[in-house]
Amino acid sequence: MTKLDTNSQLNFIEFRGVSFRVDGLTNREIVSGVNLTIPHGKTLVLLGRSGSGKTTLLKLINGMLIPTEGEVLVQQRSTRQWDLIRLRRTIGYVIQEAGLFPHFTVAQNVALVPTLENWPRERIDARVNELLQLVGMAPKEFAHRRPRELSGGQRQRVGVARALAADPPILLMDEPFGALDPVTRAELQREFRSLARRLEKTIVFVTHDLREALFLASEIVLMQSSRVVASAPASEFLKLPHPEVASFAASLALGAGEPA
Amino acid sequence: MTAWHFFVQHRAEILSATLDHMGLVLIAMLIAIAISVPLGMFIVYHKSLRTLALGTASILQTIPSLALFGFLIPIPFIGGIGKRTAIVALVLYALLPILRNTYVGLTTIDPAILESAEAMGMTRRQIMFRVRFPLALSVILAGIRTATILTIGVATIAAAIGAGGLGSFIFRGVALVNDALLLAGAIPAALLAILADFLLGRLERRLKVT
Repeated sequence: MTKLDTNSQLNFIEFRGVSFRVDGLTNREIVSGVNLTIPHGKTLVLLGRSGSGKTTLLKLINGMLIPTEGEVLVQQRSTRQWDLIRLRRTIGYVIQEAGLFPHFTVAQNVALVPTLENWPRERIDARVNELLQLVGMAPKEFAHRRPRELSGGQRQRVGVARALAADPPILLMDEPFGALDPVTRAELQREFRSLARRLEKTIVFVTHDLREALFLASEIVLMQSSRVVASAPASEFLKLPHPEVASFAASLALGAGEPA
Repeated sequence: MTAWHFFVQHRAEILSATLDHMGLVLIAMLIAIAISVPLGMFIVYHKSLRTLALGTASILQTIPSLALFGFLIPIPFIGGIGKRTAIVALVLYALLPILRNTYVGLTTIDPAILESAEAMGMTRRQIMFRVRFPLALSVILAGIRTATILTIGVATIAAAIGAGGLGSFIFRGVALVNDALLLAGAIPAALLAILADFLLGRLERRLKVT
């Protein structure tokens, strides 16, 4: 199998009794007893404070981490059984500050996974052009620049284009807009929402910003101290009775500016 | 007789000793690079060998150079009098700066870059050769530069075990208390070191990725 089947309803992610622990002095569980099903084509936002385990949950999906207990299934196959290189090449990944390769041009960065997959040259070039346009960057102007010659927002756009390059059915995003100024952030959030709706990808998006979660999510999953404590469609999330939901809602009430 | 007259009179000899010296340094450096750079890559993923390799290289560096030449003479195959022994000693000295810089360069890459490389499905080998190595290149080169300058200096001592080079002037100058002879060895050696520093420094800056 070289690719996840985009059209299949089997194409979802499932956590079954997942715990993750690091052997060390504290031996604390970073993720504890998580059961979660992520349906195909939805944008699921993992919301929580720093250290609540959201990033770990994300890394359990593409096998960067393997659960110490339970199983993570991607397309009904445990990450323990997946060839991890194959799995990761079919899952897009975007992080804060984008993690672009500074010694690659924008075009080379976007072309990374297709190049690893040995696509023919013309097909790669066409795909790079298409993607740069998709994220609102004129290929003529930007393709040959290096990441250091871009603004933070532009780098993040390239990061999204790179993640989408091989048309993966799943996209993992770890606070991708967290380091941007509020104006650029709002701009990228708007564009990303419309992009997400058009692309029909299964997206798992990590943030600590309730405003961002409400804006982007079809479903919000709230994490607190290593556990999933609440989940609801975005429209109903604020009505949940959980005290942590109230804490987050209080952060909204503070009004404009930086998230709490 | 002034040093200048001596230089002019013996320019052919000085030139040939300089070329000898450069030959010694070049061969030693090529061997040291061929050992240290792959070894540095290897110990990134092999913890158990890491301490051993870096420790051994550090210890080698602490042996006084004249003593190291002396120790090598009685060893079969690599020992004896002449160029071969000298090159072995020079290689042993050059290992540490290159090995350490290779290891440090390969392991001080921005974690976000390595994380995305892994998450994109690059294999360990691809991450090594397409990400770590190109990004570490200027640091590795800085190590090569340090080692080269060091080796140009240490190679003058190689004359003590009959390896020739600019050291032969220096040793004769010391024995005969002749400043002109001494300078005929010391000045070209210093110029070589400055030149190597300059050229490798330029290359290093060109390879630096920001």
